[in-house]
Amino acid sequence: MDLQIAWRNIWRNPRRTTVILIAVVIGVWSMIFLGALMRGIIRGMIHNGITTLTGHVQIHQQQYPDDPSIDNSIDDPAAITQVLEQQLSDGSHWATRVRVNAIASNARHNASVTLVGIDPPKEKALSFIGSAVTQGRYLEADDTNAILVGRALAKRFETKPGRKLILMTQDNTGQIASKAFRIAGIFQAEMESTEKSYLFITRKAAQNMLKMGPAVSEISILLPSPDQASQTAQRLDTQLAGQQLAVRSWQEALPLLQSYLELYDSFILIWFVVVFVAMGFGILNTTLMAVFERMREFGLLKALGMRPIRIVKGILTEALIILFVGILIGNGLGLFSCYALSFHGINLSALAQGVEYAGMSRVIIPQVIAKDLLGANLVVLLLGLLVCLYPAVKAARFTPVEAMVHN
Amino acid sequence: MTTIVSCKGISKTYQQGKVTVNALTNVDLSVETGGFMALAGPSGSGKTTLLNLIGGLDNPDSGTIQVDGQTYTHLNGSQMADLRLHRIGFIFQAYNLIPVLSAVENVEYVMLLQGVAADERRERAREVLDTVGLSGKYDRRPAELSGGQQQRVAVARAIVAHPSIVLADEPTANLDSKTGESLLALMLQMNRERSVTFIFSTHDNMVMDFARRIVMIRDGRIDSDQNKTDR
Repeated sequence: MDLQIAWRNIWRNPRRTTVILIAVVIGVWSMIFLGALMRGIIRGMIHNGITTLTGHVQIHQQQYPDDPSIDNSIDDPAAITQVLEQQLSDGSHWATRVRVNAIASNARHNASVTLVGIDPPKEKALSFIGSAVTQGRYLEADDTNAILVGRALAKRFETKPGRKLILMTQDNTGQIASKAFRIAGIFQAEMESTEKSYLFITRKAAQNMLKMGPAVSEISILLPSPDQASQTAQRLDTQLAGQQLAVRSWQEALPLLQSYLELYDSFILIWFVVVFVAMGFGILNTTLMAVFERMREFGLLKALGMRPIRIVKGILTEALIILFVGILIGNGLGLFSCYALSFHGINLSALAQGVEYAGMSRVIIPQVIAKDLLGANLVVLLLGLLVCLYPAVKAARFTPVEAMVHN
Repeated sequence: MTTIVSCKGISKTYQQGKVTVNALTNVDLSVETGGFMALAGPSGSGKTTLLNLIGGLDNPDSGTIQVDGQTYTHLNGSQMADLRLHRIGFIFQAYNLIPVLSAVENVEYVMLLQGVAADERRERAREVLDTVGLSGKYDRRPAELSGGQQQRVAVARAIVAHPSIVLADEPTANLDSKTGESLLALMLQMNRERSVTFIFSTHDNMVMDFARRIVMIRDGRIDSDQNKTDR
């Protein structure tokens, strides 16, 4: 009967109850939806960071992270790849690369770029380049002078597949190495900066041009799940001890991204609290009004023998019902919004330069995770009950006479 | 005859803005079990204050109150609530009933607070509503009942849990004379049949006519105390 009474009390003033409900629904909806958008942004940033050649784990020569020059190459990658064959779990992929700074030029233009020598078949499963070619063709393992150019760079250079591109850099002997390549394909990346910065040739072509022999700049590893990165990096570090290598997870390789992620977790929680504070004032105000309107009734209930704690429980039960219904509807709307946007996402191309600066994808697909869903609901439920505690305790503390003469 | 209410040296003051009002000054009062008594006096005399103190709805500034063997001093809010729940019934001048509950649910409510089982609550509530002449109106909400009918529901609720004493504050104030008279007759019947002690706070002559004892209160003090021949 207590629940029945609480339900009836809620609907004494349908307009007021509807107002509170709408506030709760909008609050919960915005928490879930915007939280999911933020998670989508984070997921995009991680994805971009990892697929733009970082991978989940990277292996370099020990000095390379501080001085990424050709002098700090891995001289004997075969010894390492043997260990990888044994140690990595099923579903993992790895590939060796050569990476150097270079100058690219044609008849009209030139630009500073990063030249990446890849193993085409292996690279397909590893990074974005394997599926990014939109014009021309992808590289083949025996290509000696084919090159892949980013769309933005090709546009800038006013060039296209079939045309020549000259690359100039410093080789392993310290001499200037220069070679002409023919554009085999144009690739499109998530970020325009990637299209302008990277050029791809085969690893063998790079090693030949730079007189590196079998040496490589890095080994990149993609695992079945990014969560395995830290553990795998630690394990490989132990296995490869003594070879003067730097084995890093993507979190260590991209410390700025890692900081962003930690910041976002806190930011999402802060967002929840901010939304609730805005909503909470409305709930508190309306509950106070509802309680003070019923003070004489509370006086009557106390006169009949209702204990103060039961008055508190009654008011909190009414609050709980409203919060629960609001949470249910808010969750439904939030999840539906995320589902509706999960097919095409939100396109931020109009803000392309701004989002690229932050490492964000151009299309954001909301991602709902259990932690955020639980967090949003708990914040609303617990803080909602907390704000209603004040009017409930206030009502319970009046003596029956004070309550019954209350205007 | 045993004493069911004993007030000794009761004083109570209220603040009305910056003014201190002496509502009661050093009042002594005893009420026997089965009494049908009126606290009478003009508005502001202190009769409602005394009734509220007897009912444990407020606390005196000084003096002691004992009701049905229980002394009020040192009882906390929950203990006072329990006392009211099990031993005292209340009928107020207005706003007696819980608007979202039907007549039978209003009567049941006291038993709900006492923890009585649902079936028993419902059966007893209906029986008492029949006794006060409200058969067939169990499911009506207060807004669907007349003033007299609402007061009858209040009487039913006041007696359904078998209290030792019923305190009624101006119960006929908002009723016409005919309705008021029938309500008083009903309460007198309860008093005779069930030996429930009734104490009224009133300035209605009709109530005073029904009462077997009239205590006049003026300016916070007992002015006179008269027993009448039995009704």
